[in-house]
Amino acid sequence: MFGKLTWSAIPLDQPIPLAASALVMLAGLAVLGLITWKRLWPYLWKEWITSVDHKRIGVMYIVLALVMLLRGFVDALMMRTQLALAAGGAQGYLPPEHYDQIFSAHGTIMIFFVAMTFMVGLMNFAVPLQLGIRDVAFPVLNSISFWLTAAGVLLVNLSLVVGEFAKTGWLAYPPLSELAYSPGVGVDYYLWSLQISGVGSLLSGINLTTTILKMRAPGMGYMRMPVFCWTALASNLLIIAAFPILTATFAMLLLDRYLGFHFFTNELGGNAMMYINLIWAWGHPEVYILILPAFGVFSEVIATFSEKPVFGYRSMVLATMAICVLSFMVWLHHFFTMGAGADVNGFFGIMTMIIAVPTGVKIFNWLFTLYGGQIRFGVPLYWALGFMVTFVVGGMTGVLLAIPPVDFVTHNSLFLVAHFHNVIIGGVLFGAFAGYTYWFPKAFGFRLHEGLGKAIFWCWFVGFYLAFMPLYALGLMGATRRMQHYPETEWQPLMIVALIGALVIAGGIVLAIVQLVVSIRQRDASRDETGDPWNGRTLEWSLPSPAPAWNFAVLPEVEGRDAFWAEKHRARTQQSESRPLTPIEIPRNSMIGVVIAFFAVILGFALVWHIWWMATAGLGGIVAAGLARAWTTATSDEIPAAELADTSHREGAPA
Amino acid sequence: MGNAGVLDPQGPVALAERTMLFNATAIMLAVILPVIALTLVTAWWFRAGNARARYLPDWDYSGRIELVVWAIPTLVIMFLGGIAWIGSHQVDPYAPLVSEGQPLDVEVVSLDWKWLFIYPEQSVASVGRLTVPAGRPIRFRLTSASVMNSFLVPQLGSQIYTMAGMVTRLSLLADKPGRYPGLSAQFSGSGFSDMRFEVEAVPGPEFDDWVARTRAGPDALDQAAYAALAQPGTSNAQRAFASVPPGLFDAIVGGDGVMPASAAPTSSHAQAH
Repeated sequence: MFGKLTWSAIPLDQPIPLAASALVMLAGLAVLGLITWKRLWPYLWKEWITSVDHKRIGVMYIVLALVMLLRGFVDALMMRTQLALAAGGAQGYLPPEHYDQIFSAHGTIMIFFVAMTFMVGLMNFAVPLQLGIRDVAFPVLNSISFWLTAAGVLLVNLSLVVGEFAKTGWLAYPPLSELAYSPGVGVDYYLWSLQISGVGSLLSGINLTTTILKMRAPGMGYMRMPVFCWTALASNLLIIAAFPILTATFAMLLLDRYLGFHFFTNELGGNAMMYINLIWAWGHPEVYILILPAFGVFSEVIATFSEKPVFGYRSMVLATMAICVLSFMVWLHHFFTMGAGADVNGFFGIMTMIIAVPTGVKIFNWLFTLYGGQIRFGVPLYWALGFMVTFVVGGMTGVLLAIPPVDFVTHNSLFLVAHFHNVIIGGVLFGAFAGYTYWFPKAFGFRLHEGLGKAIFWCWFVGFYLAFMPLYALGLMGATRRMQHYPETEWQPLMIVALIGALVIAGGIVLAIVQLVVSIRQRDASRDETGDPWNGRTLEWSLPSPAPAWNFAVLPEVEGRDAFWAEKHRARTQQSESRPLTPIEIPRNSMIGVVIAFFAVILGFALVWHIWWMATAGLGGIVAAGLARAWTTATSDEIPAAELADTSHREGAPA
Repeated sequence: MGNAGVLDPQGPVALAERTMLFNATAIMLAVILPVIALTLVTAWWFRAGNARARYLPDWDYSGRIELVVWAIPTLVIMFLGGIAWIGSHQVDPYAPLVSEGQPLDVEVVSLDWKWLFIYPEQSVASVGRLTVPAGRPIRFRLTSASVMNSFLVPQLGSQIYTMAGMVTRLSLLADKPGRYPGLSAQFSGSGFSDMRFEVEAVPGPEFDDWVARTRAGPDALDQAAYAALAQPGTSNAQRAFASVPPGLFDAIVGGDGVMPASAAPTSSHAQAH
């Protein structure tokens, strides 16, 4: 009746996992209880859960990413504590079975459900606003994408309470991830949650690509798009090209595990090297899917806070698209040590280094954007400067790792761990915080607390260096990744410094929560009355904050780059009266996203535990929801001109 | 014994790799340190309150600067690309090492979770400790009897993956006698952290003594002993085997990690794979 699921799936005999799952359940119940007590369900259902407004969906992506950042960071703290303790003969407090799940979950969550989710959220929120349009190309599909991501998140967290998570590392290399060596449900949780959220990512990529290619405001030619839109285009093109590879690779591993195929097994002609090639053919573009939107955020922030256009716009575009293409030609550098010949290794080493050229160009162009500016040191600029200083170090160690002989001694070491945290924290996460602070007023109509924002930055900045510089040194001393204990007592002091760094970052995370609470309570003092709190350059700042559901009552006519800046500095004539308001149609809310995700969770859970009747029900539910949607005829509402006029009176008014 | 891993090379491979690490780091620091300084200085000088800084509100293009901006990283990368290309040929794990010493063949098998070292010429084997003569190149052939691992001795240089059904190759050399820690650098399951081993490089005559002593030992690596060894588990005990059936390594490669029933597997069996 319940497949492999028995009471033994609940970790009643292990205190730490039990406490963790109890805590997660209590926190979840507390949130649900609070919503019920405050009678917020109708509001949430109407305004958020069923919303197809790209801004609301973007905000929900970011909320999801922030919640998962907490989860992933708790994993990180547990690992750092374990390694600060487990030196010499000591075994620490986490046995390997638990420790291995923690580092696998940490990587999976941070990449898929924090970094990626955050970036998709920022793109969803800002791209249509910057393009001067009213929504993405497929608003309902957008909601489905988000809720499928949420379904994946739910499954990953369910593994904490019922069963286990993968103990294989975040990419689940076979043959370790095959049934012979990982008979438990951990790898299945990993595979199904990523398959479900991967569908969401792919749909989201198609949606945003279509939006950028087909739906720009009148006059918004490609070479007039804000740099963030270009980086979003590159990132979403990569999603479309790369995610099918991930889905196919996982499908093959699932066939191995469920139906006795032998794609990657040791026996009967299976070959694990194929998996490793395929997973990195997705995995390397993936890191550019994450970093390119962050580059875009920094381009916007640096230009805005310098009161200058981005320097070398065409170079920026060229560099972005060059990175987009090159990212598919470097995957082999993840396994120089698998025994390919010197020619192959040399080729992929050089291809990898070539990516440093457009990236270096970007760094120089940001530098020259600062040059000649009138720079305001707002919080987003702190993140941008912190990024420029930190990212070049990560870039340098990346090029070091691209030299095959250097990789031969640093591959899989803590040096590598330090490198990718250097670029992902120093690049993606700093970009996420910059974008969060930058666009927050546009989403909610008030600014985040400035002083706390700077404190958050300094915690992350200092904490990052404390946590990861020791790891560079340890890697060169011969420490490898994923070890649960080590005999070398001389490594312990550096491990303790790394733990202190993680604790400083924890301070930054706590302050981020404090900042949100304080900013909401003091929102009347920090209201954004003009819609243009940073003296912005792009079209989103021409709208009132928060932006209305339809964004632009009248679609803007774009005549150049930095369209809003140009408009503000032009002698303003009677232009706005010359274009009358006409009624517009906006898509109606739809519950199909959340319904499909509900059944997807059931399907995923049932497949993990081999409960076939439940899987059938889940799949049936998804199909039924799709069919019901196909017969829905009333899918949009008309906003009359009178209502547009009523709320758009502030639109476009410069300070 | 305190050791500084990659930074304390004890053989020609590790030394070449450390040299490349240092050179490439120095070349890049020459670019990134000025960039970091310029970033901070520029941002500070052009702060909004500074009346002496000239505001250029529309300055967004300069062909000459663009040229320099593309040229600097391109030149650095051409230089480093040269290092990468030459380096990967110079330190090719599959290429024989240039040395006056006679190469010694060692076959390496990663098991769950221990390392088996087979000396085919000497017909002895050991677990957890790799005794080698200093000054002689060691020619490794490596495979795995279960999941992937990576064979790494940081002070001697290059690592290489071990994979079931496949043979990878590696040549290393220890310049002088000493003890060098070794490990698996590819996560392989719950016993992974204990998959340590020790390389003991000894002077040539002592190596011969070690072989003789080992041959006189009580344990043979027969079917039963191998089956017991291949069971998943960790063991800190270092062991040595006085004899090894010929062709064991190839049987492990070809037979999915299962030793064939015949006491002396034929090499043709292995070559069929």
